[in-house]
Amino acid sequence: MSRAFTPKVVTANALLEGDAVWLTEDNRWSRDIREAELITDEAHGDLRLLEAQARADEIAGAYLADAKAGENGPEPTHFRETFRTRGPSNYAHGKQVELSDV
Amino acid sequence: MYKYNDFDEGFVRSRVAQFRGQVERRIDGSLTEDEFKPLRLMNGLYLQLHAYMLRVAVPYGTLNSGQMRQLAYIADKWDKGYGHFTTRQNIQYNWPKLADVPDMLSALADVEMHAIQTSGNTIRNVTADHFAGAAADEIEDPRAIAELLRQWSTDHPEFQFLPRKFKIAVTGATEDRAVTKAHDIGLRMVRNDAGEPGFEVIVGGGLGRTPMVGKVLREFLPKADLLPYCEAIVSVYNLLGRRDNKYKARIKITVHENGLEKIQALVEERFASIRETFSGHDQALLKDIEAAFAPPAYVEKSTDGYEAARLANPAFRSWTDTNLSAHKADGYAIVSISIKKHGATPGDATSDQMRVMADLAEKYGHNELRISHEQNVILPHVHKSDLAAVYAALREADLATANIGLVSDIIACPGMDYCALATARSIPIAQEIATRFDELKIEHDIGQLKIKISGCINACGHHHVGHIGILGLDRAGVENYQITLGGDGTQTTSIGERAGPGFSADEIVPAIERLVTGYLDLRTNADETFLQTYRRLGMAPFKAILYPAEDKANAA
Repeated sequence: MSRAFTPKVVTANALLEGDAVWLTEDNRWSRDIREAELITDEAHGDLRLLEAQARADEIAGAYLADAKAGENGPEPTHFRETFRTRGPSNYAHGKQVELSDV
Repeated sequence: MYKYNDFDEGFVRSRVAQFRGQVERRIDGSLTEDEFKPLRLMNGLYLQLHAYMLRVAVPYGTLNSGQMRQLAYIADKWDKGYGHFTTRQNIQYNWPKLADVPDMLSALADVEMHAIQTSGNTIRNVTADHFAGAAADEIEDPRAIAELLRQWSTDHPEFQFLPRKFKIAVTGATEDRAVTKAHDIGLRMVRNDAGEPGFEVIVGGGLGRTPMVGKVLREFLPKADLLPYCEAIVSVYNLLGRRDNKYKARIKITVHENGLEKIQALVEERFASIRETFSGHDQALLKDIEAAFAPPAYVEKSTDGYEAARLANPAFRSWTDTNLSAHKADGYAIVSISIKKHGATPGDATSDQMRVMADLAEKYGHNELRISHEQNVILPHVHKSDLAAVYAALREADLATANIGLVSDIIACPGMDYCALATARSIPIAQEIATRFDELKIEHDIGQLKIKISGCINACGHHHVGHIGILGLDRAGVENYQITLGGDGTQTTSIGERAGPGFSADEIVPAIERLVTGYLDLRTNADETFLQTYRRLGMAPFKAILYPAEDKANAA
């Protein structure tokens, strides 16, 4: 029996700023994971990743990250991805300062 | 200090122009990320967790006031007003925008600086004793040799695609402040029986996944043979180094798998074949470089005012006791400026602080600064009569923390707060430890103690050579911190031993507190350092302190 698929989001870094971004269902790159498309089907995830990787003039280093459904949209399940949603812990820099679309 | 000649200037400028074109082509879509990545890494540009990171070389940690001011200007104009000094004596900017990087590199070129070979599988920024040219225990200033190595290794066509990165460290002193035994090549200046200076050549040291203490490849290498000999070592590594597994690609593994004797034979053979091709040009070049590192014009002044200030001001006295080192010139001291204020990020300096340090170097320090591998900044030549003024200015700038070599003078890599490779955070752990011991007010009673923290197995925080090493790991999706004890990065190098199971982020600071306060009970007297106590007693009593429940269970 194949292993159950863990829900995912497509994430990458914005090309110009390097900021963490997530792919939305309507094909935008959002700086807010809560706007991301939560992918529950493995084949669909593979396809969305390929589509993301093809957008090389917008982002770099796209990959699928584990996520779960939260009250306001997808939430990360691993602490590394949690840090990517908010920025470093020593200064109020990065996403802690502002959230807006690419 | 060495000053760029026309060739250096032209070379660096052309690299900036070349990279500007590459960035433009990446942004307009002509280059994919796969095509662009090796090009940006050749210019020190990484893509990290939240942003790009530009790593700028500070060759052998030496810079002047103008260069430090330019680093501050870059931090203000294209970053967030601060920079992070690293264990490779570099400075990193954590928030540059891709389109701005060519301008940043151009601004660096304006002050004879660059970011070339601060990344990639090539010879990285050559590091040196941060007290070079000033230390009382020095045979010779090693910076001329380090500059020669920089010129030789920069854009060396044979060494741009080595099996892995390659790191060289040089010291000219008896006390090893450059961690030479944990480098791919460590060079320790020694004298032979005839009194001539040369090098003990150490090879195959390194930390990371497989920590190893370097082995002596040559007990004495004449100074004149250094460049062809280093070229022979890197050539042999380039051919023999493993490319099938990146975790086994460093020269330490090459030496380990092939044996020191085989490597020695191959290096000597290669050395014999290439030595003549150097034809003395390297020595002519070295003479020019050595002239550029002539000692500054020291002055003779009374130090009475210094002694009076020490008597009058206990805080100043405490700072001088902790942050000064012996200088080779009468009346002078080496000042270590702590970039480790309790609770601050180790190695981070604001642009204002950089400008203060630049001003002090210009006014009181013969215009010289150094970055130490321990993430502090050094004023190598300050007359003792100026120390009270230096201290007052540092205090004003929040830079007068008297903790060099103490428990809060922690090396910490950026960890998962910034680094894409990290498996846990380092910075908050360092901040909490420093804050905790500041609250306890026992830092000076504890004495010399080096804590080093890495956020992953790559060991950028040198945890293996920390008296107390902390390694951050990911254990089933949770940050976990493993402790090693007994590491040492000096001439008596040793790799720390793992104490036992790791601690959670909540448990690690209390564990370190338990360990250090427990040491106070174990030491024979206040002069016995943590490392000496550990070497005398071994792991057992420290393990009992760290894991009291386990100890009780074993006793039952």
